[in-house]
Amino acid sequence: MNEMIPPKAERSAALKGLGTSRKRVEDARFTQGKGNFIDDLKLPGMLFGDFVRSPYPHAYVKSINTDAALAVPGVVAVLTAADLEPLGLHWMPTLAGDKQMVLADGKVLFQGQEVAFVVASDRYVAADAVELVEVDYEELPALVDPFKAEIKGAPILREDIADNLEGAHGARRHPNHIFTWESGEKEQTEAAIGEAEIVAEEMIYYHRTHPCPLETCGAVASMDKVNGKLTLHGTFQAPHAVRTVASLISGIAEHNIRVISPDIGGGFGNKVGVYPGYVCSIVASIVTGKPVKWIEDRIENLTSTAFARDYWMQGKISATKEGKITGLWCHTTADHGAFDACADPTKFPAGFMNICTGSYDIPTAYLCVDGIYTNKAPGGVAYRCSFRVTEAAYFIERMIEMLAIKLKMDAAELRRINFIKKEQFPYQSALGWEYDSGDYHTAWEKALEAVNYTELRKEQTQRLEDFKAGATRSLMGIGLCHFTEIVGAGPVKNCDILGLGMFDSCEIRIHPTGSAIARLGTISQGQGHATTFAQILASEIGIPADDITLEEGDTDTAPYGLGTYGSRSTPVAGAATAMAGRKIRAKAQMIAAYLLEVHDDDVEWDVDRFAVKGAPERFKTMKEIAFASYSQEIPGVEPGLEAVSYYDPPNMTYPFGAYICVMDINVDTGIADIRTFYALDDCGTRINPMIIEGQVHGGLTEAFAISMGQELAYDDMGNVKTGSLMDFFIPTSWETPNYITDFTTTPSPHHPIGAKGVGESPNVGGVPAFSNAVHDAFRSFGLTQSHMPHDHWRIWKIANDLGLHDK
Amino acid sequence: MEKMHLKMTVNGEEMETLAEPRELLIHVLRERLNITGPHIGCETSHCGACTIDMDGKSVKSCTVFAAQAGGADITTIEGLGNPDNLHVLQEMFKEHHGLQCGFCTPGMITRAYRLLQEIPDPTEEEVRFGMSGNLCRCTGYQNIVKAIMAAATEMNATKEAAQ
Ligand code: FES
Ligand code: FES
Repeated sequence: MNEMIPPKAERSAALKGLGTSRKRVEDARFTQGKGNFIDDLKLPGMLFGDFVRSPYPHAYVKSINTDAALAVPGVVAVLTAADLEPLGLHWMPTLAGDKQMVLADGKVLFQGQEVAFVVASDRYVAADAVELVEVDYEELPALVDPFKAEIKGAPILREDIADNLEGAHGARRHPNHIFTWESGEKEQTEAAIGEAEIVAEEMIYYHRTHPCPLETCGAVASMDKVNGKLTLHGTFQAPHAVRTVASLISGIAEHNIRVISPDIGGGFGNKVGVYPGYVCSIVASIVTGKPVKWIEDRIENLTSTAFARDYWMQGKISATKEGKITGLWCHTTADHGAFDACADPTKFPAGFMNICTGSYDIPTAYLCVDGIYTNKAPGGVAYRCSFRVTEAAYFIERMIEMLAIKLKMDAAELRRINFIKKEQFPYQSALGWEYDSGDYHTAWEKALEAVNYTELRKEQTQRLEDFKAGATRSLMGIGLCHFTEIVGAGPVKNCDILGLGMFDSCEIRIHPTGSAIARLGTISQGQGHATTFAQILASEIGIPADDITLEEGDTDTAPYGLGTYGSRSTPVAGAATAMAGRKIRAKAQMIAAYLLEVHDDDVEWDVDRFAVKGAPERFKTMKEIAFASYSQEIPGVEPGLEAVSYYDPPNMTYPFGAYICVMDINVDTGIADIRTFYALDDCGTRINPMIIEGQVHGGLTEAFAISMGQELAYDDMGNVKTGSLMDFFIPTSWETPNYITDFTTTPSPHHPIGAKGVGESPNVGGVPAFSNAVHDAFRSFGLTQSHMPHDHWRIWKIANDLGLHDK
Repeated sequence: MEKMHLKMTVNGEEMETLAEPRELLIHVLRERLNITGPHIGCETSHCGACTIDMDGKSVKSCTVFAAQAGGADITTIEGLGNPDNLHVLQEMFKEHHGLQCGFCTPGMITRAYRLLQEIPDPTEEEVRFGMSGNLCRCTGYQNIVKAIMAAATEMNATKEAAQ
């Protein structure tokens, strides 16, 4: 007892808890080639599956002949829709309440669609046999342009539901129409805009792209017929939901299914969906009695699993002459491809697009989204984004710029005039959200000052004069963005996927010697959960993060949760972790009090121990308490030290940020040189600054890709034009800029530790900042809107259309 | 298809296997020799996840046929260090948060290992250019570049101290 108690700060530092740039525990295995990714998994007797895919965007399948394929030595089976039909598995439900063909059922609706599944002894044999499957197609005209979906004579895509006038999200007005979703006050908004002194109006297209994680999707299904158990390993961002869906569609009882997500090589939304490859490997394993592996190649990944964006957003924004916004109106035509497989909470068929009032105090707003079928791959996932927030942020941040042009006003000033003020939080937005907290003005001024905004504008003016005088061929663009995100889906009262509430969970077991294991319902895909969640816990329960193992992704052991996407892990599972930790602490308090022979209320928490109030030298450390809980009879207290928490968040969280991009554009080559990119993020309480910074770098690079060149393009016939990494732009280390990161901290008032989530902010805010910089460079020549991606050719074209090239 | 007898040195160890001549080296390594450190991100030579060191050069092992690999001296991520004696690059990638999902990491480190032999004291520009055959979707490269620069500094300091 006479030993010196180390000072609080020292004990606190030893925990490596909240706020520490703790090095990642995941790194040891990845840097030594010992990761455990899906394609690394080999089970005895394992077979390999590969798809026959449609070369046509729209065609009837007249017949399929598998004889030649089956004759190849090593080929075990070739599955077609006819084989799946008796099991009821030739179609499967999508996350958006639609259904999707697992294998072509009489018809194909996009290029690359799954037609047959070859199962063979290895991937080479499977690939050989795929070539030998003969499919007789009758080609049909393809519908590529969503604006032509409802014109007379348009090809009808979904004949299976052509007569169904009621879809999963209300009335359908045409066989190619999926839903109409409205939010806000139509008449009031239209009146406000009608009466306004200034109105800016524009069509803004956020093009189709793809999350393209470096690891493609894949699965290994293993049906153990002896015990009746199915084990499904795969690249799942939501393993528990996959188990439930697998049970519902296969009829195998849920307790007989075990889903395991191993290490995942990046997800970014691509690995949220349920794909035909998963279903086919399950069926193939049931049919053959052997484990079956299916791994996409890159072309299959880009052309068939989960695209993102593809929103045509017609917007109107109105303001007074002084620049106070009076109304915002938006009609979006959403190209969903051949099946509605968007991964959005059920009640939100257009995700959280209605966060499109952004960071601004807009008195009235109206949003209407029409979902449309086209002959393109299904998907519509949140690519590093929380359910269409990127689209919303891009929309409002472009509209603000357009309004600034109309007002002949500086765009930074226009934002300043319209920001929601600090004292207005919690703020009720015109489209129905309650923003939890924010301090936009402080962040904005900090950002403008950091880049020396006033000087930049002067330099830009000078550059313009030089350009006009023929002294330079380079223009300067300053791209501004202040975004507000909405993440952490979400409260069970309004967020579910397939009826499953979007809570999340954490279960903690403290071992007798005072170390611990925590299991969560989420799954890391590079976010470093094993590192950061242990930090949350370390601060809550006083056990060093290094002594806490974190486990996710095995549905047999982890508590149920809805998985990792939409920046929901920290806001939801992070909260569950803190809450479970608090339960542990509450029990530890009773044990400590008993051991110290005082009343429960007479001990207090002190970093890593409970001490008697007023007598800090009388204490029990968590280690001692843990041991006592397993070794001593404590009256009225169950043995052991465990807790579980299922956390249903009371609200979403609203991270925000101020981004500024400065670029120099050569008008003759169209090359944009990113000179500076400054990113200030406010994600509330910061758990691990190093990891936050890494997330920001990564998200900004994805934003750079999307805005400056990355595109999932289709030609007029419905052929994919960018189906491999040859054409689909992923920036290398050579063209990727360096970033300056910064922060302010406005904790979330309703989150147990005040954290808001950050993984997606840089993508949400980055895209408008890059794109606004391109537009800003040409503002004085009259450019209002030019669609992304701003690759060299498109920038050159802007300059050419504006007459900036010698004729 | 007829298989051929293939002998290679992998991470200092003589290895042999049967493989079809058309098999990609990355598949031979991963499926036949159980060396799963190098990954597959594209199979079209764009991503660099499959990077190995072959006869003293960085090679994307998805661009090499089994038939071309006989007698080769190959080093993969598994051969660069071991848990008790990590390569400086392995340490620096952790130190500077040069990885997130870790899928590109084996290829990145293996490429950087050769780059630092080609250019022992590179500028940031040289690192960015020299690494541009390896894609990363997670990190934005900034910390990868930092890790490689830091490894170069440390390796040079060790070299100097030894002289
Ligand atoms: S797998 Fe070899 S370069 Fe991508
Ligand atoms: S760390 Fe994920 S691809 Fe590089």
